[in-house]
Parts: sequence; C-alpha cells; structure tokens
Amino acid sequence: MKVLVAVKRVADSNVKVRVRDDESGVELAGVRMGINPFDEVAVEQAVRWKEQGVATEVVCVTCGAAACGDALRTAMAMGADRGVLVETDLGFDLLPLHVAKLLLAVIRREQAQLVLLGKQAVDDDCNQTGQMLAALLGWPQATFASGVEIAGGRARVRREIDGGSETLSMPLPAVITADLRLNEPRYVTLPNLMKARKKALATLRPAELGVELSEHLQTLRVTEPAPRAEGVRVADAAALIDVLKAELAR
Amino acid sequence: MPALVIAEHDGRTLHRATLHTVGAASACACGIHMLVAGHDCAGVAAEAARVAGVSRVLHADAEHLGDGVAENLAPQIVALAGRYSHILAPASAFGRNVLPRVAALLDVVQISDIIDVLAPDTFRRPIYAGSAVATVRGLDAVQVITVRGSAFEPAAASGAHADIERVTVTADSGLTQLLERDMDGGERPELGSARVVVSGGRGLGSRENFESLLGPLAKSLGAALGASRAAVDAGYAPNEWQVGQTGRIVAPQVYVAVGISGAIQHLAGMKDSKLIVAINQDADAPIFGVADFGLVADLFDVVPALGGSFASPA
Repeated sequence: MKVLVAVKRVADSNVKVRVRDDESGVELAGVRMGINPFDEVAVEQAVRWKEQGVATEVVCVTCGAAACGDALRTAMAMGADRGVLVETDLGFDLLPLHVAKLLLAVIRREQAQLVLLGKQAVDDDCNQTGQMLAALLGWPQATFASGVEIAGGRARVRREIDGGSETLSMPLPAVITADLRLNEPRYVTLPNLMKARKKALATLRPAELGVELSEHLQTLRVTEPAPRAEGVRVADAAALIDVLKAELAR
Repeated sequence: MPALVIAEHDGRTLHRATLHTVGAASACACGIHMLVAGHDCAGVAAEAARVAGVSRVLHADAEHLGDGVAENLAPQIVALAGRYSHILAPASAFGRNVLPRVAALLDVVQISDIIDVLAPDTFRRPIYAGSAVATVRGLDAVQVITVRGSAFEPAAASGAHADIERVTVTADSGLTQLLERDMDGGERPELGSARVVVSGGRGLGSRENFESLLGPLAKSLGAALGASRAAVDAGYAPNEWQVGQTGRIVAPQVYVAVGISGAIQHLAGMKDSKLIVAINQDADAPIFGVADFGLVADLFDVVPALGGSFASPA
C-alpha cells in the first residue's frame, strides 16, 4: 500500500506571531518555521505503517514556495521515502481548495491508496484540505483521527467528535486527517536529517500537473485581536468567591 | 437569495450551536432556510420550524443520513445548494467535517470559523490561534461558511412557524459505516454549551488530583470540566475535555482556569469567555494576561475552599 502524506510549512506554533503594521498579514520574516504539528503526526503514522509492513512506500507532498521543501526534508528525516514539492507562485493566497486540487493531481500520478494529512494547519486554522481532497477524489474521509487500524482493504478509524468519540469503518482508498492524539511523533535526529538530504525530492509546477487555479478569496486586512481589559489580582480565595458569586447571580 | 443553515442535531433535538449559526446567517442574507437531514428526525424538523428567523425547513429523512456521515450528507446539501447565496454550519466537529466536502463539490472555497459578518461577502475570522484576525472577502457565487457560535447571539428557539418541506433524498454513498459512538455522558453539562467551565492544567499534578479537586468544584458550580493540552498529554484528563486551538473553543459566561499556565494555543480556546478567573502559583504565568481576576496561590489550598462555598449548583 502506497501512502501519501501531505505536509505544510508553518510558523512554529509556540511563537506568538505579530501583525504587520500595514495590516497586510502577519510578519513571518525571521520567524522560525517548521512542519505543521498535525502533519507531523500524520507523517509519524505513515512511517510506523512502513516499519510495520502495512505501507510499502511513504511519499510526502507539499504545495507552496520553494522554501516549503524544508517541510519535506523534515518528513523524510522522520522516515518518508521521497518528497514532491508542487511549487506555486500564484499572486493570490494558496487556499485549501487549491491545495486539494494539486494533491488530487499528485495522487492520480502516484496511485496512492491512502492519504494522510493533519486535521488543520496552525497558521490559517482552516481545517478543510483533507475533506476537500476526499470530495474531489470521491473517497471516504475520516477526520480528526485518534486511532487507525488497516486490515482487509478497510480502515477502522476512531475519531474525535464534540463530547466524545466515534469509530468508523471505510473501504480503501480513503483520506484520513490526524488529530494530535493519534501518536507522538519521533524527534528528528541530525543523522536522519543528513540522510534525508540524499532522498529524492521532485519539484513540479501546477501546469505540469494540468491544474489551473483561480482566485476565490481576498484577504483585505489582518489585524490584532481586540485586547481584553486589564485584569486585577485578588488577595485570597474569599475575594475570588465574591467575584464568582456576583457573576453567577447575573 | 436566502441562506441555508445546516442543522446540527442528534436525531432528537437541535444542537444549540445551530441557533448561533442562524444568528450569523441573519446578518448574511434576507431569509433563512434550514436543512434537517437525518433519520426519523421529524421532531427536530418541527423544532427547527419554530426557530426565529427560519422561514422554511427542508427535511431530508433516510436511514443513510442518520449517522451524519459526511459522504452522505455532503451530496444532499449540494443537491439543494443552487437556491442559496450562503450555506452555513456550526464550526463544530460536525460542521468542520461536512462543510469542506460540500464546498469542494461546489468548486468553491470555505470560509472557516467566522466571528463577524461585515457584509454579505465579507467576514472576519481568527488565524494563528486567535493571535490575529483576518478580514476576507469571498468571491464565489455561494459563500460556504462555518460559524464560531460563541461570536454570535443565538436565534430565539421559538416564535416562528416555518413550513416544513420534505425534500428528495440523495443516494447512499455506501462508503462509510459508523460502528459506534461513545459520548462522554454523565451529569455534567456539555463543554461547548456550559455556562461555567472549570479547566485544569498540569498544575494539578495527577489524574487523581484532577478528579478529586476539580470534580467537586465543577459540581458545585454546575460547570463542565475542561483541560489544557498539557494536562491531556500528561494523562490527567481525557482528550474530549481539551480546550484550545487543538481542542474545543469555548466562550462560557465564567471560565475558571486552575493550574493552567496559559500557552498561546490554550488561550485561543477560551479567551473570549465573558469572565475569566485564574488560579496559579506562578505570578508570571501568561494566563494572568487574559484573566479578569487572578489569584496567585497554591491551588491545593484554594480549590477546596472555593468548592465548599458553593454548596448547590449555581
């Protein structure tokens, strides 16, 4: 079974980003970038399947500027076999719908039987790409997965829902999006990072995939969220009790 | 053209998030229709017909729609989409799962998790876990949108007398089967709709402390229990209690953060709560930056005192 994992390069989620003064976006210059944490979980799952003999090959894919190849190097250092960068330069925002169309073309080329992605990217917080890709492929989808078993040409997926969890069974091929609980990704070691440099990384253009993308959305401005009024420190539990009682009496 | 709101329900009652979504829809379009898709859910359709602002309920009833599986629900929504300027659903696990599939089938983008409607095509939405807010304009003929419920006033649950129209059901995709669903039942209110949330962090130190300290406090306040990701990762609390960018986004009337330092991703999930109270031993903890009232103290002293002073559920 060939597994394809889609990854995104994002600003490190532990860094508090700053909005640009001209409100054109967040300032990413000088910000540490890395692989989207949910995608890291997806890569880990695919690599474990490779190690267990469930997957025969793990191909990682990303879409975006040339620098996004870094995310593929990280994924390959974790154990993905090779990488595909779909290099885009659109003049407008690359949205989940665009990425889903590009991934669709790559999957048709690669003939993958399973696609894994993170459930959302921590930059735009869209939570769309996997579902959109499944729609375009006409495949079943299992989003927010916290446990996956592959057997007999089917996936059995435990997924997180509001207030609990549920278990789905679906035929392969399928698209699965990873929640953080699925696994704990391994650390990337320097020797593995060196080895990953020797792995194949192909670069494709949307045109080579026969995909034409158009603008669907304009970002008019990006601003700071409204600040909360400054809070006060209370001296003891009794003061806190008064505050809570007053609020709950409303 | 009117807007179509996709009802979230469990086959018996309408989920409250749907009312907030109607609230957002009323700012987008004149006229709101609601789709109630499910199995044996005539009661929900009747409930939907009473929601203020809803002028028509589309009721799609079939066994294969009963589990809310996206592969069956999405084509049903797409079949009806042509009549609408907007398609909206709650930005809950349900809406997030189904609606992007709808958007892709319509070859349009989805605008996720809106917190404000500036114009019928222009919306505000948080990005980077709420560290920034983007104002976006959708260029597609139909705007497909998920709505952050806490940002919109709910529509009144009664007052309207909408027509209920039985709509033609689309075919069963035959792709995905629901095997089981485990809901975190019990006496506590549901995290997403609770008036009060008591959340614990790694400061609790163990699963036993989490339960023995926060359980009684939540009970006395009539609160839902939440947890930081650190507490979930440490095994102190189940994942479905997780509040934050990677868990649930809540905005209750009162949020009590106990032993939570306040990582950016946790703040993203609760900083829109009306009143935030924080208890932490570390005076420099970032949680105090969003708290209306902070107490620097040992939670093991404070929490029992708090719980004891609220004898019955508030």
